Amino acid sequence: MLQKTEKYLYRKPESLTDNITIYCSGCGHGIIHRIIAEVIDELSVREKTIGIAPVGCAVLAYDYFNFDVTEAAHGRPPAVATGIKRCLPDRIVFTYQGDGDLAAIGTAEIIHAAARGENITVIFVNNGVYGMTKGQMAPTTLLGQRTTTTVKGREPYQHGFPIRVCELLATIEGAYYIERTKIDSIPDIIKTKRAIKKAFTYQIEKRGFSLIEVLSTCPTNWKKTPAESMEWVRTEMASFFPPGVYKDKGVAV
Amino acid sequence: MVQKRIKSVILSGCEASAEGAIRAGCKFYAGYPITPQNRFPEYMSVRMPEEGGVFIQAESEVSAINMVFGASAAGVRAMTSSSSPGISLKQEGISYLAGCELPAVIINMNRGGPGLGDVTPSQSDYFQSTRGGGHGDYRTITLAPWNVQETYDLTYLAFILADRYRNPVLVLADGMIAQMMEPVKLFPWKKQIPKKRWALTGCKGRRPNSIKSLFLTPGVLETHNWKIARKYQKIIENEQLYHTYMCNDIDLLLVSFGTCARICFEAITLARAQGIKAGLFRPVTLWPYPSEHLKRIAEKVKKILVVEMNCGQMVEDVKLAVRNDVHIFFYGRPGGGVPAPEEILKEIKRI
Repeated sequence: MLQKTEKYLYRKPESLTDNITIYCSGCGHGIIHRIIAEVIDELSVREKTIGIAPVGCAVLAYDYFNFDVTEAAHGRPPAVATGIKRCLPDRIVFTYQGDGDLAAIGTAEIIHAAARGENITVIFVNNGVYGMTKGQMAPTTLLGQRTTTTVKGREPYQHGFPIRVCELLATIEGAYYIERTKIDSIPDIIKTKRAIKKAFTYQIEKRGFSLIEVLSTCPTNWKKTPAESMEWVRTEMASFFPPGVYKDKGVAV
Repeated sequence: MVQKRIKSVILSGCEASAEGAIRAGCKFYAGYPITPQNRFPEYMSVRMPEEGGVFIQAESEVSAINMVFGASAAGVRAMTSSSSPGISLKQEGISYLAGCELPAVIINMNRGGPGLGDVTPSQSDYFQSTRGGGHGDYRTITLAPWNVQETYDLTYLAFILADRYRNPVLVLADGMIAQMMEPVKLFPWKKQIPKKRWALTGCKGRRPNSIKSLFLTPGVLETHNWKIARKYQKIIENEQLYHTYMCNDIDLLLVSFGTCARICFEAITLARAQGIKAGLFRPVTLWPYPSEHLKRIAEKVKKILVVEMNCGQMVEDVKLAVRNDVHIFFYGRPGGGVPAPEEILKEIKRI
């Protein structure tokens, strides 16, 4: 126990369990999990939060978050979240989805959840690759980027162009708040936390659909060191997926 | 039993099932338009809000079943409805529901297939309904009503069984029952909804719950599958339902379910008028199949005629149930064909 004069500056959030994650060195999921956990603690909503884990590397999120979490079929978290939130409107419901989950197999689900203005929060982790299946092309793989299914690099008229999710969803009337951030530096991690906190706050205030896209890393499948991966996010990814607020109905324009 | 007199109302099969669900305490419905079950989402779109429930017209069948997954995970009685091609799309979600041991009710107003097929009544989804339907080692309880009243009654039972066994339950009707209007007595039921300690409602005052069907540690999924297999065994032991007609003194046994059984009922009346001793065995639960009961009744006959609106899918279950020396004949109308009683009578005389 701490003495009265002492105070914690840094410790594990209550919203995280003590389990060791399966994530690789330099993977962005750990940072993003921690940000979500800190935000949920700070907003004092841990006991009424329900998370939806995706299919992908974060599939075991229910082992890492210390609140109620369900799995969902690949791409379906927004539909599952809709079912939960409509039945329990005073609970805090969020989905945690990767790029394959959200922008390929689950494209319909995310667009229509936004169109219905579901009062949920979506954390969209974009690392441009299918991580868990060992590095195939994702809908957000950059042009020229090598993956196990684009061994000579992504070629647009063979493999398609990458999809910019924030820009797409910002056109949907039902979406309330859409922002893209990254985690390649301390200031950007702080910005990411601010955005995620705002998204959860909007949900608490019953304002509607929020999505935060976080540009993240996958050193293992990118065949880069953690430091090189951060550099890739900062330069290559951020230039095709510019960070910024794409929509915020809570701010007077 | 003295019962308060209940007035009949005229409803279609879709409406009766929907009303049955509402009266069973269903508070969540998600669906998608597909003929011949369109009246279902239409009816729910009006009635669900009246009852303080949720209606969502989903963007796809896949989304609809996954919304049901979410609602069920939240501890709410939830359902969806569709017709054959739509049910195929829902199989992903049904497999997840079974794997995660979540209760849900799925109504299938069977139409002709395979592929887009047609929009006329069919029983061609028998295998899909009774063998699991999606991927993995699982079963779905399947209830087959033969009229509109029973569609109402069995929808209620479906919710009871879904909660009792934490498993998806199918009601397999067809395009005829879906659209046909008949008088229905809307019996008031007790909304016995068990306490769902496993549900995700926020972890206030308890340890966090999780719902999952993923077990990566070697052996854990095997244990889980044996656990649900034991549950299925319990269902087989406890939940078989069937109906017989004129089976006391018989030379020939007709085996048929749903709409087709109702036509057989008429054919048997015609046959009896001509002195042919025919009777009917109608399974109400298609899974678990009432095999022992069929076996017992089939002891009396040398011939069985299976009548279905498909190419003979239930014949397999009949063969598995009865002794080897019984001759099993089949008369069927696949692809949306509906037999007339006279057609069946002709077949009864032929065999």
